[in-house]
Amino acid sequence: MSAAKNVTTASFEADVLKNEKPVLVDFWAEWCGPCRQVSPILDQIAEEYGEKLEIVKVNVDEEQQLAMQYGIVSIPALQVFKSGQVVKSIVGAKPKSVLVNDLAEFLA
Amino acid sequence: MRDVIIIGSGPAGFTAAIYTARAGLKPLLIASSVEVGGELMKTTEVENFPGFPEGIMGPGLMANFQEQAEKFGTEIVYDDVVSVDLAGDVKVVKTGLGDVFEAKTVIVATGAAYRELGVPREKELSGYGVSWCATCDGFFFRDLKVAVVGGGDSAMEEANFLTRFASKVYLIHRRDSFKASKIMAERALANPKIEVIWNSEVAELHGEPKLTGVTLRNTVDGTTSQLDVEGLFVAIGNDPRTELVKGQIEISDEGFIKVEGRSSKTTLPGVFACGDVIDPTYRQAITAAASGCVAALDAEHYLTNH
Repeated sequence: MSAAKNVTTASFEADVLKNEKPVLVDFWAEWCGPCRQVSPILDQIAEEYGEKLEIVKVNVDEEQQLAMQYGIVSIPALQVFKSGQVVKSIVGAKPKSVLVNDLAEFLA
Repeated sequence: MRDVIIIGSGPAGFTAAIYTARAGLKPLLIASSVEVGGELMKTTEVENFPGFPEGIMGPGLMANFQEQAEKFGTEIVYDDVVSVDLAGDVKVVKTGLGDVFEAKTVIVATGAAYRELGVPREKELSGYGVSWCATCDGFFFRDLKVAVVGGGDSAMEEANFLTRFASKVYLIHRRDSFKASKIMAERALANPKIEVIWNSEVAELHGEPKLTGVTLRNTVDGTTSQLDVEGLFVAIGNDPRTELVKGQIEISDEGFIKVEGRSSKTTLPGVFACGDVIDPTYRQAITAAASGCVAALDAEHYLTNH
């Protein structure tokens, strides 16, 4: 099970939009195989770069409204929020080296 | 040095692991970083795998394969193989995170990768309406119109699955009949939410930033037409994944790894191949598993004689 915080519609504003740090939101679901594969990789990134980038999860089954609001049509979808805005969007499971590279500007 | 390295984690790779592990060879299976379990991870109910009369979910079946392989001592690495050197007596396998593994034998079970449409903007719209995984993404198309491209079993499965969510599923096929199995084709044709568009292929994708529609080209008379859909699921087949071993072992004209007769022996001693990467014909979970068993026994035999 992932160590990442589960975010809901109720906590989204405080946890994501008003967070002082950039936040990577992992939109995922139980039934999504690739989501399960990327989850431990995100845990590793959180462990190594947690100071710079916070990583949280949104379960799209439970939070359909949030998924719709942010235009999710494919998961895993990783969206980075900075000052309340989506500044980066990554779709699909990718190896750690690729993710770290894609997220470089937020991990430095 | 190890006895066996297995590259791949589908039914072929895990079956090779179960057999070599039971033979006491302590196999190392390199499962990939984000595709562990292979193609079956993208399926829902598997109804034709013997031993499961009630059917079993694809990911559940692969979890069972893995549990069985680990039970007998298979070591699993969750990383991608980036290069191999197979020519010598010591085979060398390097992974994305920089690890280097050596073994006396290598079993290649890298499977096949989905085929792309080859139309402009396909990459850009991937994950934004264009998808290769109905079970992953179908959920987001509730009450919307979608299309599936293809005429084989996986296209039928995807189309049927998508009717759970979508208001309408167009099934676009470039010929005038399906090559899918009868049971799968009949199920799709009988589904009131599915409309088949025969003799057509996707020529263009439209929408920004998300897909809103496609241009279809009739394969008989070349005329074009517009189709408004918010999702396009591509199921037009797979190509064997041979990039890793190309240039080191022989590849057939059709692009599959060449093996000797009914065995798994490639053109290099100590290198064996199994599953979809050698199979232009059957490509079922059960035939891949059987072929993984063949590779394990061939590797075991080779190790005994060397």
